[in-house]
Amino acid sequence: MSRIDAKFAELRQDGKKAFVAYVMAGDPDFDTSLAIVRGLPAAGVDIIELGMPFTDPMADGPTIQLAGQRALEAGQTLEKTLQIVRELRQQDSTTPVVMMGYYNPIFSRGVDRFLSDAKAAGVDGLIVVDLPPEEDAELCIPAQAAGMNFIRLATPTTDDRRLPKVLQNTSGFVYYVSITGITGAANAEAGDVGPEVARIKAASGLPVVVGFGIKTPEAAQTIANVADGVVVGSAIVERIGKGAPVAEVLAFVRSLADGAHRA
Amino acid sequence: MAEDLFNSFMSGPDEQGRFGQFGGRFVSETLMPLILDLEAEYEKAKTDPTFWAEMDDLWANYVGRPSPLYHAERLTRHLGGAKIYMKRDELNHTGAHKINNVLGQIILARRMGKTRIIAETGAGQHGVATATVCAKFGLKCIVYMGAHDVERQAPNVFRMRLLGATVIPVTSGRGTLKDAMNDALRDWVTNVRDTFYCIGTVAGPHPYPAMVRDFQSIIGKEVREQMAAAEGRLPDTLVAAIGGGSNAMGLFYPFLDDKDVRIIGVEAGGKGVNAKMEHCASLTGGRPGVLHGNRTYLLQDDDGQILEGFSISAGLDYPGIGPEHSWLHDVGRAEYVAITDVEALEAFQLCCLQEGIIPALEPSHALAHVMKIAPKLPKDHLICMNMCGRGDKDIFTVARHLGFDMKI
Repeated sequence: MSRIDAKFAELRQDGKKAFVAYVMAGDPDFDTSLAIVRGLPAAGVDIIELGMPFTDPMADGPTIQLAGQRALEAGQTLEKTLQIVRELRQQDSTTPVVMMGYYNPIFSRGVDRFLSDAKAAGVDGLIVVDLPPEEDAELCIPAQAAGMNFIRLATPTTDDRRLPKVLQNTSGFVYYVSITGITGAANAEAGDVGPEVARIKAASGLPVVVGFGIKTPEAAQTIANVADGVVVGSAIVERIGKGAPVAEVLAFVRSLADGAHRA
Repeated sequence: MAEDLFNSFMSGPDEQGRFGQFGGRFVSETLMPLILDLEAEYEKAKTDPTFWAEMDDLWANYVGRPSPLYHAERLTRHLGGAKIYMKRDELNHTGAHKINNVLGQIILARRMGKTRIIAETGAGQHGVATATVCAKFGLKCIVYMGAHDVERQAPNVFRMRLLGATVIPVTSGRGTLKDAMNDALRDWVTNVRDTFYCIGTVAGPHPYPAMVRDFQSIIGKEVREQMAAAEGRLPDTLVAAIGGGSNAMGLFYPFLDDKDVRIIGVEAGGKGVNAKMEHCASLTGGRPGVLHGNRTYLLQDDDGQILEGFSISAGLDYPGIGPEHSWLHDVGRAEYVAITDVEALEAFQLCCLQEGIIPALEPSHALAHVMKIAPKLPKDHLICMNMCGRGDKDIFTVARHLGFDMKI
């Protein structure tokens, strides 16, 4: 059983929804980022989503774009992102880590080399925004073969005709993108999201976690009510971008986690 | 050349949108259904005579096609070798080849019931062409343009605004063409229902590279007929400038299976193709990667981060290249070379003085390569270079580089 499967089993047993926190690796610099990541499990985070910085994040809004730029300017590389996971694993062996980003840095490193390095570092899953099912042969199939979960995004434009294709090689959980748009933009509406989550759950049997447009503890609770979990990224990253101290960032994460866990 | 491996160089892309390993559909899930819809619509249109009848009518009466194939007599004499022809696509309405493709995409958009058109632009030629055709059809037009390019291409920004388009200066990233493309994709992912993304070059996710190539192929098809009429045979060498590579693909494609026709693409060498990476020569100075929906040669660092290009020509200032060019490069069917800013400026001036044609900086790169090869070739060797744009937009840039004070 993968760490992700184990985590959802545990949450189910406790009758709790998952709280997933996204931070950009290396933002605003390696040491601060490492301190934040290390603090996430104790702040109530069930799954860590670690952004891999990329110069051209086409699906991201300004907040995540700037985070990536800060990280790259501070010298973040894919190797250093893996290093953050290695260091986290020295203190935490149960919190799943999902790496999220774009394909080119992985392709550049070489898929096989990346997968074996990521597996060894303790990475549990991958979300790669620009790899739709049509490109499964690139990374999705090799990742599954290497024992890594490949988590797919389903979106409001993924209709019933297309959904089976999207779910076909998905494992761990399904990430439902609550809006058509970029990260950190419009607000997710529980009324829209609920039926979509039900539709995807019926088709997949996997937990469905909702992300994009969730910015407050209240929203985390409302959306978590109609899903298996929520992701918050931009709202956390915005605080990191404003130079908030690590303790303050983690306190905010704690409030979001509490919101999601009240659901 | 790997002749045994291919029956034809014209059969790509495959069903996955690949030219060999290049191309593909590397986009987010939100966009995937839209791209599949577009592909289906384009497949229908391709074999629909009413679609092509509308195109032919507009090409003839709105754009002014066919563009002439012109024998550059004085330039030929000056260089003292091969006989040089120019395909005069700079005489098109809006002053460049870009409108050939825009017409096709906007007619498709209308057939799909889309009412809002978005585009990215570098030098502004694709933006102007898109704004033009949108005005003609009464469609809403939004053009994303790097903030840096908005500054250096002010006349085209004003043209687009006159034509009713909204020009959005892009400050994300470094504010260049690639960032404009990122923001156009972000717009598209947000406005999926009513919006059509009109891409200006043979790049992006499948079906764009093939579709844009097909629309631009009118250039090469006309050259075949015109050269047959003028010389009774095919040209020996084709030369075209490459940023994303749409004018080049349009000229090259109809000749890919004519193995005796030598094909040369000219990339922007900026300050020189070396370790300092102050150029836009993706094929000569980059390696394969994935960006903007396709796998192709890209300027990137060791960690797969995309680098900014550098060129005097805003239209060539892009760190990638169309995937079909990457494939033609790897299989050896076409050759790719780089020309520096300095060489392009020299060719620009020579063309003005010898032929009375003010070329855009983009085809000045192609012309600079013609200047290199023509003197060494026999007089009966026929070169056709694509004069893909006129230089009106560039006179300010050129004046600055030549130290000419342009206070009006």
